[in-house]
Amino acid sequence: MSELINDLPQASVQAQLLQLADRQGAPDWLAPLRLAGAREWRDAAWPDRRTELWKYTPLAALRRHRFQFPVDILPAWPDELLLDVDAIRLVFVNGVFDAVASRSQHAAVVRFSAADAQQQTLIARHLGHVATTSRHLFASLSNALVADGVLVHVARDQVLDKPVHIVHVAVPQAEPVLVSPRVLVVLESHAQLELIEQFVSDSQVQHSFVNSLTEIHCGAGAQLRHYRVNLEQEQQLHVGGVHVDLWRDAQYRGFTLAEGSVLKRIDYQINHQAAGASAVLDGIYLTRNQQLLDYHTNVEHKAPHCTTNESFRGIVADEARAVFNGRIHIHPQAQQTLAELNNRTLLTSDRAEIDTKPELEIYADDVKCAHGATVSQLDATAQFYLRSRGLSETQARSMLSFGFINELLQGIEQPAVREHLHRHLQRLFAETLPLTVTTP
Amino acid sequence: MLEIRNLSARVEGNDILRQLTLSIRPGEVHAIMGPNGAGKSTLGNVLAGRPGYEVTGGEVLFQGKDLLAMEIEERAREGVFLAFQYPVEIPGVSNMEFLKAAVDARRRHRGESELSSFDFMKLARDAAKRVSLDQAFLKRGVNEGFSGGEKKRNEIMQMLLLEPSLCILDETDSGLDIDALQVVAAGVNAMRDGQRSFIVVTHYQRLLDYIVPDHVHVLAAGRIARSGGKELALELEARGYSWLEDEGV
Repeated sequence: MSELINDLPQASVQAQLLQLADRQGAPDWLAPLRLAGAREWRDAAWPDRRTELWKYTPLAALRRHRFQFPVDILPAWPDELLLDVDAIRLVFVNGVFDAVASRSQHAAVVRFSAADAQQQTLIARHLGHVATTSRHLFASLSNALVADGVLVHVARDQVLDKPVHIVHVAVPQAEPVLVSPRVLVVLESHAQLELIEQFVSDSQVQHSFVNSLTEIHCGAGAQLRHYRVNLEQEQQLHVGGVHVDLWRDAQYRGFTLAEGSVLKRIDYQINHQAAGASAVLDGIYLTRNQQLLDYHTNVEHKAPHCTTNESFRGIVADEARAVFNGRIHIHPQAQQTLAELNNRTLLTSDRAEIDTKPELEIYADDVKCAHGATVSQLDATAQFYLRSRGLSETQARSMLSFGFINELLQGIEQPAVREHLHRHLQRLFAETLPLTVTTP
Repeated sequence: MLEIRNLSARVEGNDILRQLTLSIRPGEVHAIMGPNGAGKSTLGNVLAGRPGYEVTGGEVLFQGKDLLAMEIEERAREGVFLAFQYPVEIPGVSNMEFLKAAVDARRRHRGESELSSFDFMKLARDAAKRVSLDQAFLKRGVNEGFSGGEKKRNEIMQMLLLEPSLCILDETDSGLDIDALQVVAAGVNAMRDGQRSFIVVTHYQRLLDYIVPDHVHVLAAGRIARSGGKELALELEARGYSWLEDEGV
C-alpha cells in the first residue's frame, strides 16, 4: 500500500493511519477488501468545517497523537466493568482476544482468523458490503485495516438461546493505540439473535483511538435485538459505525447509549432494502466537562411498507457539546412508509451546546412521517412537586434528569442490560452534579 | 398549629390574597370555600412555597416557626403537606423511589433512620391498600398514565406515608366520582387523631358530607369574608356565592 500512501501528504492523518496497514499481517482472502478500503481512504476528501457530515465535529484530536497498533499482550483489566449476562461472550482487550475472559464456544460465533473456507466465503460476501462508506468515512479506514473480527452467523430459522456479548476493553499502553474492532452479523431468513456490544475502559487516562465497525445483514423475516453501549474514559477517541441491511419483513430493534469524550462520533446507517422491514432505534447520550459526542443516523427507505421509529434523548452539561443528526430518506418507491424521529435534549448549563438536526427527505406521496426536536430544561412544576414532598432541590433535579432518560432505559427488553445501565446511570447521576444542576 | 396573619400574596402581578388572617389549632379541620378566583388554591400554594407565588405582606407561623422563611422541602419535612389539585405526571421517575426518598427525608428530619427497602415496601403496600390503589401503581412512573381519581388517591397515599402535621387538600374532590370521593375521605378521616390539622379547600359542599369540618370559611376577593360552623357550607350550597357580594362583604 506504500504507493497509495505516497499520494498523500506525509504529515496528514490519512497517511499516518494508512501507514499502519503496511505493518500489519492479514490473511490473503481479506486483501481485496483491504486494498479497496485503502483506495477509498486515500481518495476521500479530509473533512473540515465545510463538510456537512462533520460540521460540528472537528477531527483535530486525531492529529495530537501518533497511533500504533497495540502490543500483542494482555494487560490486566478490572472485570467489574463487564456487564453480567448469561451469554456467548467474546472479550477483546485493546483489540486482542482474551480467551480466559471469553466464553465463545458456539457454532454461531467465530473469529475471522479461525474461519473455515465456508465461513471465509460468507464473510467475503458480506463484509464491507453492508457498510456505506460514502456516508461513513472511517468505514473505509476500517476496511483498509481489517485483519480480524467476529462473525456471528445464525442459520435459517435458528434462534440463539443466549445473547452474544462482545466486549471491547481499552487499557492504557505506553503509546496511544489504534484499535479497529470489526463485527459482522449475518442472520439468514427468520433467524433471531440478541447482540450486546459493550465498549469500556478502565478509569486511567488513555489516548487510544477506537474505530469500530459493525455490519448487520438481516435476511427475510430475521429479527435482531442489538444493544451497543459506549462507556469509556473521556480522553479516549471513538469513531464508530453500525450499518444494517434489512430484507423483507426483517426486524431490527437497536439501543445505543454513549458518554462523551474528547472525540466521539457514532454513525447508524439503516437500510430498508425490501418491503415490510421495521427498525426501532433508541439512543441516550450524556456529555459533561468539555466532552463531545456526535450521533449521526441515516435511514434509507428503499422499499414500501417499512417502518422506522427513532428516539434519541440526551443531557448536555458544563461546557460539553452534543450533535444529533437524524436523517430519514424516503425513496420514491417507498410508499406506505411509517417513520417517526424524535430528539429531546436537556441542557443543564448555559455553556452546554446541542446541535440537533432531524431531517426528513420524502420522495413518495403515500407516507406517514413525523419528526421533531426539543431542547429544554427541567420542568419547574415537577421540581416543586418533588420538593413539596421533602426532597432536596438537588435530589429532585437528579431524579428528574434521570427520569428523562430512564423512560428510554425502561424500554430495554433484556433485563441484564437494563439493570446494568440503570445502576450505572443512577450512580453517575448521584455522583455527577452537573448532569442535574443548572450551573450559571 | 398554624397562625396566618394579614397574609397578602401576588401571582403574575395580580394581588390574590389581601391581608388574610386565619388561625388553626391542633386537631381542627377547616374548610375553605368560595367562588372561583377567590384565592383558595393560592392559599395552599403559598403555604407550600410554590415558586411564582409572591408573598407581599403578613406572616405565617407554623408550630411557632416562621413558615414563609423556609425552603419548600423544609416545610414538607416540618410537616406541611399539600395535596395537589393537579398532581404532576413524571414519567421515568418511579413512584416507589420517589415515595421512599420522601419518607426517608421526613424520617431523617425527625432524627429517625432511613427505612430498609423491605420495610418501606411493606409500608407502601399497606398505604396503597388503604386508598384502594393497586400495588402495580407503585412501580409505575409518578402519576404516569393515572386517571384523575388514581392521582388523587396517590396524593392521599403520600399523605398517609408522610404523616404530616398539617394537611392541605387543594380541591381534592374535583374530578372524583362518588366512590373515589369516599375512599379519599376515609383516608383523611383515618388520619384525624386530635392532633393533626387539616385545611380542606373545596368549591362544593359535597366533600364536607364525608370530611366533616370544625370550621367553614368563605374566601372572597382574597380574604375571609365569613366564618362559621359546618352549617355554613350547607347555606352556601343552597344560596350559592353571589349573596356574599350582595351583602357587600
